Amino acid sequence: MVGLIFDSLRDPGTPVAARRQAPGAATAARPPAPAPGREAGTVRFESVSKTYRSAAGPVQALDRVDLAIPAGAIFGIIGRSGAGKSSLLRTVNRLEAPTSGRVLVDGAPIDALDTDGLVALRRRIGMIFQHFNLLAAKTVRQNVALPLTVAGVPRRDIGPRVAEALRLVGLEDKADTYPSRLSGGQKQRVGIARALVSDPEILLCDEATSALDPETTLAILDLLRDINRRLGITIILITHEMSVIREICSDVVVLEGGRVVETGPVWRVFGAPEHPTTRALLEPLTRGLPSDLAARLQPQPAPGGWAILRITCSGQAAPDLSGLAEAGAPVRLLQAGIERIQGRAVGRMLVAVPAEDPAEDPSTEARLRALGDVERVGYVPADAAVG
Amino acid sequence: MSPQMIERLWQAFLDTALMVGVSAGIAVLAGIPLALFLVTSGPGGIFPAPTANRVVGTVVNGFRAVPFIVLLVALIPFTRLVAGTTIGVWAAIVPLSVSATPFFARIAEVSLREVDAGLIEAAQSIGCRRRHILAHVLLPEALPGIVAGFTITVVAMIGASAMAGAVGAGGLGDVAIRYGYQRFDTTVMVVVIAILIALVCVVQFAGDTAVRRLRAR
Repeated sequence: MVGLIFDSLRDPGTPVAARRQAPGAATAARPPAPAPGREAGTVRFESVSKTYRSAAGPVQALDRVDLAIPAGAIFGIIGRSGAGKSSLLRTVNRLEAPTSGRVLVDGAPIDALDTDGLVALRRRIGMIFQHFNLLAAKTVRQNVALPLTVAGVPRRDIGPRVAEALRLVGLEDKADTYPSRLSGGQKQRVGIARALVSDPEILLCDEATSALDPETTLAILDLLRDINRRLGITIILITHEMSVIREICSDVVVLEGGRVVETGPVWRVFGAPEHPTTRALLEPLTRGLPSDLAARLQPQPAPGGWAILRITCSGQAAPDLSGLAEAGAPVRLLQAGIERIQGRAVGRMLVAVPAEDPAEDPSTEARLRALGDVERVGYVPADAAVG
Repeated sequence: MSPQMIERLWQAFLDTALMVGVSAGIAVLAGIPLALFLVTSGPGGIFPAPTANRVVGTVVNGFRAVPFIVLLVALIPFTRLVAGTTIGVWAAIVPLSVSATPFFARIAEVSLREVDAGLIEAAQSIGCRRRHILAHVLLPEALPGIVAGFTITVVAMIGASAMAGAVGAGGLGDVAIRYGYQRFDTTVMVVVIAILIALVCVVQFAGDTAVRRLRAR
């Protein structure tokens, strides 16, 4: 299945790609930076706030969000439930209107659009959903054709474009099936085809993989990444899973209580998270101190014991392990997770060195510092299963 | 049973079928727009008009509250205005339609409300206007439930049509009362009941089959 999709994506004759492909998009490892002045596919939030009235009083969903999303980016919005991710995403195609502030799409504010303007805007912005939101009474073909049907596209033009969109997502053979007969991953592919059939500049993904199993999630993310590369479409996705961000995003913004608490390239936010919320969201990926060591951690060194050091690699060059070997004292590697994100080494290592040493022997710590930022976690006794 | 009685029963069956058929048609034509209005004009609907929504909702409840036999009598002036007469099959169709429309509208409303708000949101996100949402989302997605509700409405109307005999409308109920009950003709009573049971079974079977076909997609 996945191979089929990639084959169709690689097919240079695919008309959809020819029509929309940004120059150089297919060859660049990351989407090309937009040329100066080019604003198609950009989104800018200017002090966007949103307050809901609820039975329990007003709820502030968004609090003065300022954010610029460049064309061609895969931009992740992450936060806990209720952090305002969904509201923020929905202000882009005005499924929700901000209480104050404004949103600019392609450099133009969208807050004053009338119905016709809004419909035209939405036809330039595709959207996919956690629960797919396919029409059960229509076949796959009819679902994908709907954006064109309601836009008044002549019937003879709809057929080829729907076929093209279905080929892009690898579902040509399911055109006459009803959605209820498809798997979750296939339903999301139909959702993607429906979102792409009207050639949007921007694709909004609302927890698009949250209802899918891990394998299908990866396949859908691969598809989104290839769509981004091939077609140069700006993708804005919201998720509560850091792994999704790590997998495909170029930039990320962390929301908490409707506010932007951290934003930047993924490698930096992952490598050196600054805000507690970001750290908490990263927790499942980073793994803290193993519980057996945590239980025996003490603030003072014990004779013959070990010092536990955490080395954080936040986007420098790949760590040179020969530094460990050349350290004067023994260095035990307890736990490590180094990943390559956007070409940079990001992650953490937990090592143990003899407790007496680090303070007195600066050469060991100096050598370790070549690997990344070194932080003393604490000490464990000699028998704490380190050696 | 005499041949005359068989002839009478056949005519009564046709009267019942005509009364229920025409009234059911009117109930659909008037009830579905009414149901769409009730669903879409509420708070958060796609045509928000909360005041009108409350007014129409109250009127619908009012008609639903009045027992059919009372409605039949209370509507006599209106019936005369519309049908030009107050007796006969066509006179009975007026109160039957007036009674069935709010009933069916409420049932259809339930099905329309069950259409996932996410589908409406998805339709808006692909550039659907409100009329497109009615035509491509609300009605087709709610159709199985609406057909099931229509079946219930028709069965209820077959029952109500028996009371229309009170305005000289004829029909199976009228025959059962006049011959079966008032003349103690048990055979007629049993035959009428058997016909009504068969009629309801056929209607229910047809409705269930249609719903099953629609849901099988």
